[in-house]
Amino acid sequence: MHSEIVWMIIGMAVVTYVPRMLPFVLFRGKELPPFIQGILKNVPYATLGALIFPGILFIQEDIWYGLLGAAAAFLAAYLGANVIVVVLGSITVLSIYSYFF
Amino acid sequence: MSEVLARKVPSEFRKGIQAGISIGIGYFPIAITFGLLAKTTGLTVGETVLMSLLVFAGASQYISLSLLTLGTGIFEIVLTTFIVNIRHFLMSASLNEKCEEDRTLIKATYSFGITDETFSVAALKEGQVSTGFMFGVISVSYSSWVINSGLGHIVGGSLPQTLQESMSVALYAMFVGLLVPSMKKSTKVVFLAALAASFNTIFTLTKVLSTGWAIVLATILSAVIVEFISTTKRSNQGGKEVA
Repeated sequence: MHSEIVWMIIGMAVVTYVPRMLPFVLFRGKELPPFIQGILKNVPYATLGALIFPGILFIQEDIWYGLLGAAAAFLAAYLGANVIVVVLGSITVLSIYSYFF
Repeated sequence: MSEVLARKVPSEFRKGIQAGISIGIGYFPIAITFGLLAKTTGLTVGETVLMSLLVFAGASQYISLSLLTLGTGIFEIVLTTFIVNIRHFLMSASLNEKCEEDRTLIKATYSFGITDETFSVAALKEGQVSTGFMFGVISVSYSSWVINSGLGHIVGGSLPQTLQESMSVALYAMFVGLLVPSMKKSTKVVFLAALAASFNTIFTLTKVLSTGWAIVLATILSAVIVEFISTTKRSNQGGKEVA
């Protein structure tokens, strides 16, 4: 192993771990002001929105590929399918699509 | 008593493992591709696995490879990694409010496994999140990430292209699968997700912010604006809970 690459990996590991760990160590939970607690409760849903869009549109160069994948996932989830079914369903739909196009 | 405990702990852990399986599946193509790219970039199997083992953050690991190819210095790569991963601070702060009380050392241990995906699964679980559940979700995800990174380095080139391509939707589909049930239950969630998605799309397409900051800022703006609106609405209606 190149020692330079190893040092880079260690550096990456430290700057990735510290932000993950700090909130769990600094806050015991529930002691923040209600307004901040409210914001933190909103974070998961907002994060998911930002993680899905626009990323899902650009998974392949063909934008229809992403749109079709998104539509399949939304439809399956809306009809009440559980998460694994949503994942496998979208993969299947896109496999069929790329087989024909 | 000890029998009851012994039976209770593995069941929470097992629930975590079950909830983590879709992450394990979703990580498969991404980790395989990472391993393959790492090989192309000139990293050894050892270095590839070491990075997945110690960093455990997909996007930044990909970025480090393209920066290495461009001949970027180590300091810039580490700094970029920090910026790309700063969003986990927000996620940990949010999840900490929902996790069961436990020793700081234990929380500091499982916090290593907070990724976009493990966070999403834990944060959208009904009710409190137990320590066992966290370890369950993380152990499936982490092993899939590490093992498949190494596998990708060794055999990645021989996987069918169509399958690799169609599996690239897996994590997004998982995010959709987690989000939609909550959207059906609450208009507030619809607004939160739609607003953050719009902000992030604007920031990303206009290239005013790097991906890392775009997600952080879009999330904060959306969470604050919606909270502000719902607090104002609530106080106007005399403290009644809205949405």
